[in-house]
Amino acid sequence: MSGATAAFVEATVRSATPLALAALGEVVVEAAGVINIGLEGVILAGAFGALVGAGHGGIAGGFAAAIAAGVGVAAVFAVFAVWLRADQIISGTAVTLLAVGLTGTLYRSLYGAAGAALSIPTIGPWRVPGLASIPVVGSGFFNQPAVTYVVYLLAPAIWWWMYRTHAGLALRAVGEAPAAAEAAGVKVGRVRVWAILFGGVAGGLAGATLVLAQAGTFAENMSAGRGFIAIAIVVLGRWRPMGTALAALLFGAASAFQFLLQALGLALPYQLFLSLPYVLTLLALAGVAGRVRAPAALARADLP
Amino acid sequence: MSETRGSSRWVALAVIAVFVGGTFALLAGSGFDVVRAAGALVRGAAGSWYAIGSGTLVRSTPLILTGLAVALAFRAGVFNIGAEGQFLVGAAAGTAVALGLGAAPGWISIPALLAGGALAGAAWAWIAAVLRNRYQVLEVISTIMLNFVAAYLVSYLVRGPMQEPTHVYPQTSTIAAAAQLPRFGSTTRLHLGFAIAVAACAVAWWFVRSTAAGFRLRVVGANPSAAAVAGEIDVQRVTTRAFLVSGALAGLAGAVEVSGVTFALYENISPGYGYTAIAVALLARLDAAGVIATGVLFGALEAGANAMQRDAGVPSVAVSVIEASIILVLVALERARFVRRGESAT
Repeated sequence: MSGATAAFVEATVRSATPLALAALGEVVVEAAGVINIGLEGVILAGAFGALVGAGHGGIAGGFAAAIAAGVGVAAVFAVFAVWLRADQIISGTAVTLLAVGLTGTLYRSLYGAAGAALSIPTIGPWRVPGLASIPVVGSGFFNQPAVTYVVYLLAPAIWWWMYRTHAGLALRAVGEAPAAAEAAGVKVGRVRVWAILFGGVAGGLAGATLVLAQAGTFAENMSAGRGFIAIAIVVLGRWRPMGTALAALLFGAASAFQFLLQALGLALPYQLFLSLPYVLTLLALAGVAGRVRAPAALARADLP
Repeated sequence: MSETRGSSRWVALAVIAVFVGGTFALLAGSGFDVVRAAGALVRGAAGSWYAIGSGTLVRSTPLILTGLAVALAFRAGVFNIGAEGQFLVGAAAGTAVALGLGAAPGWISIPALLAGGALAGAAWAWIAAVLRNRYQVLEVISTIMLNFVAAYLVSYLVRGPMQEPTHVYPQTSTIAAAAQLPRFGSTTRLHLGFAIAVAACAVAWWFVRSTAAGFRLRVVGANPSAAAVAGEIDVQRVTTRAFLVSGALAGLAGAVEVSGVTFALYENISPGYGYTAIAVALLARLDAAGVIATGVLFGALEAGANAMQRDAGVPSVAVSVIEASIILVLVALERARFVRRGESAT
């Protein structure tokens, strides 16, 4: 029994890692009053970048290329959403479509229509001495690929930065009262661009996690809606870094639950399990959305 | 703004040309025969009367209907990104009705299956409408989630309860000949659905322009607060109706596709019509009549892309790069038109 529980915890943390990375980046973006629906495209580009980079430069090359690709896609969004003040929702949707088209075209042209069996280096779990020996949950949380530990450090680091530093205060001011922030000397546009690019780094890392720490390969559209789920996770986490990390863990548990149910061999259609995270997203949003408050200037292109 | 509108059109065309050129440069860099690809694209879209009727116009039919669905929703300030899912449930319901009616005469089965598709699409959109109105869930997220659920639903249906009797292929049986939309002649694949799509656009254009309800739709889309305060308009009722009509049109598109083209339901029945629809609607500046022209344009693009993949090996997904760039350019030019609903939370 404890073996099954440990496996469940492990699967929870594994599924939650890319969601948490992407969502933590989006927390910073949304704190600046910008909603990047293109996060889905950022993750997808990161995943593809990881494939190409790892093929040429190993693990390090994979992560570097993933971050570069994520930042690149985020930069396109920043140009339209901040510089040109285009509608954020539609720009973000288009950016995702752009990433789908670019990665699909490049993937087929570089690796052939069949997608050829690919072998790229992947990162295995790294056992944290001591902590991994905690009964039941220890190995689930502390025998994971290094990117998972990045999440553990990133969530409190972002919290500290947002709520305990001057720069973090400026970021939140930009999201809550951009006109006042501008009047106080904060360069609103610049803050938003940097926030979006940071979201690109985190989303690119999330994509790299899918390829380098989990699947070991790339498939077209492999982000499979995780960018949109990450945006829902931010809402569920009430736009706060620690809450968002916990919400990501909840979604990880939903995905892990799907493996658990399948392992039990219930005679239910597998599509039911596969659609579980999306249904859960809807239910979770319905449960919290009315009772939480978004940054006041979120998604408003008309504000400076 | 007004004095720059003329020149901004040219800027838009120039930027789109750069994006299209960039896409071809990318393909050339990847080792594809670009000249051959471009030739195949043009021939596949407009190289012959057969290519125009059976390729471009057949392909444009679902794009016009889903494009109209998106245009009406956006007009009311409803960001329905869910035309894809509504199309899928519409296709599933249309197939189910057609198979259920079996050998019934066409004047019964065709209207019934089209109505079934439209109802299913509206019902699917209604979920997102309730989530938005009662729980303030941003419809962009909810409709995208529902797209995934709809895709899995179709996957389940064609591998489970609706699978063809031999249980070999993941698809339904072929619908009866009587349930298939009539074609414009024996040498063309162009079916009555194209006329239905054009008629829907004409009705919607008149509705938005000339009726009181159409006026309310426009006012709510332009400024919901002013509509509620100054116009005493029930904003929720208007947005819910826009959502339902939008979903019904996308669902109708799915049923038309089954009855006019595929004659059966299977996974991947939509190559992303619901997403292309956003580009169709925006390029038409959300004008119902304009959707006909932009729908045909994108239909030509996609029919050409299929020929390009067949003849020159260029992946047809490359077209979505062009679509995305068109959306981005237009949305940058339209910046002020989509002022966000002030009170909306996520």
